[in-house]
Amino acid sequence: MTSILTNLFDGVAYGMLLFVLACGLAVTLGLMNFVNLAHGAFAMAGGYVCAVLVNQMGWPFFAGLPLAFVSAAAIGIVLERLLYRHLYARSHLDQVLFSIGLVFISVAAVDYIMGSQRIFINLPSVLEGQFDVLGVGIGRYRLMIIVICGLLTAGLQLVLARTRFGSRLRAAVDDPRVASGLGINVPQVFAFTFAFGCGLAGLGGALSAEVLGLDPYFPLKFMIYFLIVVTVGGSSSITGPFLASLLLGIGDVAGKYYVPKMGPFVIYTLMIVILIWRPNGLFGRTAAR
Amino acid sequence: MSAPDDVGYHARRHARWHVGEIVFWVLALASAFLFPSRYLVMTDIVRLGLFAMSIDLILGYAGIVSLGHAAFFGVGAYSAGLMALHGVVTEPLLALVLAGCAAMLLGFVTSFLVIRGVDLTRLMVTLGIAMLLEALAESFSGITGGTDGLQGIEMQPILGIFAFDMFGRTGFFYSLIVLFVLFLLARRIVHSPFGLSLRAIKNNPLRAAAIGIPVNRRLIAIYTVAAFYAGIAGALFTQTTALASLDVFAFERSADLLLVLIIGGTGYLYGGLIGAVVFRMLQEVFSTITPQYWQFWIGVVLVAIVMIGRARLHRWVLFLPNLLIAQVAGRKAAVAIPEGEGQ
Repeated sequence: MTSILTNLFDGVAYGMLLFVLACGLAVTLGLMNFVNLAHGAFAMAGGYVCAVLVNQMGWPFFAGLPLAFVSAAAIGIVLERLLYRHLYARSHLDQVLFSIGLVFISVAAVDYIMGSQRIFINLPSVLEGQFDVLGVGIGRYRLMIIVICGLLTAGLQLVLARTRFGSRLRAAVDDPRVASGLGINVPQVFAFTFAFGCGLAGLGGALSAEVLGLDPYFPLKFMIYFLIVVTVGGSSSITGPFLASLLLGIGDVAGKYYVPKMGPFVIYTLMIVILIWRPNGLFGRTAAR
Repeated sequence: MSAPDDVGYHARRHARWHVGEIVFWVLALASAFLFPSRYLVMTDIVRLGLFAMSIDLILGYAGIVSLGHAAFFGVGAYSAGLMALHGVVTEPLLALVLAGCAAMLLGFVTSFLVIRGVDLTRLMVTLGIAMLLEALAESFSGITGGTDGLQGIEMQPILGIFAFDMFGRTGFFYSLIVLFVLFLLARRIVHSPFGLSLRAIKNNPLRAAAIGIPVNRRLIAIYTVAAFYAGIAGALFTQTTALASLDVFAFERSADLLLVLIIGGTGYLYGGLIGAVVFRMLQEVFSTITPQYWQFWIGVVLVAIVMIGRARLHRWVLFLPNLLIAQVAGRKAAVAIPEGEGQ
């Protein structure tokens, strides 16, 4: 019984992490309809920045996390202005080729600079080990992930639903032409959102070094997971991707624990079945655009 | 001339063999005698060309973007390997066709999943199928050898006469002949009314349906055929290298494949073949510059191609040949990429 609860807890932490990693993609892929397979590269960039700051420069871990966000967002905005924005109107094939190219570049570059082995970030002793609550083992690090990601999710939901920027973004996504006619600077909104999504991915990358493992092949290994979160979750709100990541996280942890041989198999089969059953995602709008 | 006659006239004119095509195949055959020390690399190119031709059939003619074409390559590779390993079918040519049929069966079954939904769903489903098969092959290590792959495959002579030699001479001619035969078949397919209807579907599925083309059935058919081709390419891989490992399903294989096709250009069958030659040469060059990191440059090439734009790039490349042809033959360019590319 307690092992089930521990697994559930780990799964929730994993899912929350996936959500932070992938919610930027929910905007680019789901809302802006840009197939960005290189999303994991931004996560990896954040993770490595944090690792270098903490391990080599001796920064405290909690100072490295915001820097991971900032650096990934900075890379994101540079690439968006330089390259991505020219491709919004192109075919999906072009976008796929372009982002695969970016993935290859990032994998080889990180391999060249940092080496191909898996890296770890030195954690403060506060985050190590676990404690028992009613016999359920709670890892401190995972608890921190849940707290941070939970706060982020709530914040995101508030920003999207309540603020002026949130309504601008929703308007720009619903109908870019009408939105720009109303005086909303659509490219600016998109650029800012893109950068913010990249930043979140970077933060997720830094957090995931301990849980998912961080090596140069990170963007390739987790690409399918990010895509699953977005396509299964749909794109009408952030609740969809959030629930999808929780499902995926819990399912993956449980799958690896109970049926280690069939773990990934179950996930992929579920994804295909869901996509066939509801092509716009489990929680998506039915109106195709 | 009435409209149907006109269409038929142009279709037939397109379907005729051009001088350039004959030159291409003569060159391909001649390379066997020009570079007798490079059989292994050339076999690799032929295999890759066949694989790229397979995805050209669905991408260039039917407009289906697939990120998981390696699934069929892998099924072909493992079927051929297993048949040879367990002595089920020892004759390579028969095993080749059977492996292709295994991939074709998978293609037929999965095509129903692929034709549902739009581009994005297709990308995800094709990718998912390839990942699924990779996970399966890893789990059932009793059959597939897991991460070690199939080991100890020994190939019997082709038709009982031509034994595979260590220089890859037999393997090369075998692959080249298979490629040529399958090319003839593909050429016949794409110039048939069936092939024309595929183009109509690619340009506008709604209109195609409106003039009475059974869109879904055509897509299923071409997807199945393409799977057969990819399976054959995979089987050739196993038969000529005596290897089959998990990386036949890898995502990088599908991604590289797209690059190969894009380099050569889609929708005229030769794209995959030319792309395979260029890709392999690029790979050689990049490996000599930075042995471990050639993927970096492949990525740069991909980004550059997309940023410059595929149509513009092809115009640049074909500028000189077309100029020459215009000067020498005094007519309009014979070498051209079909319209409707690069949006």
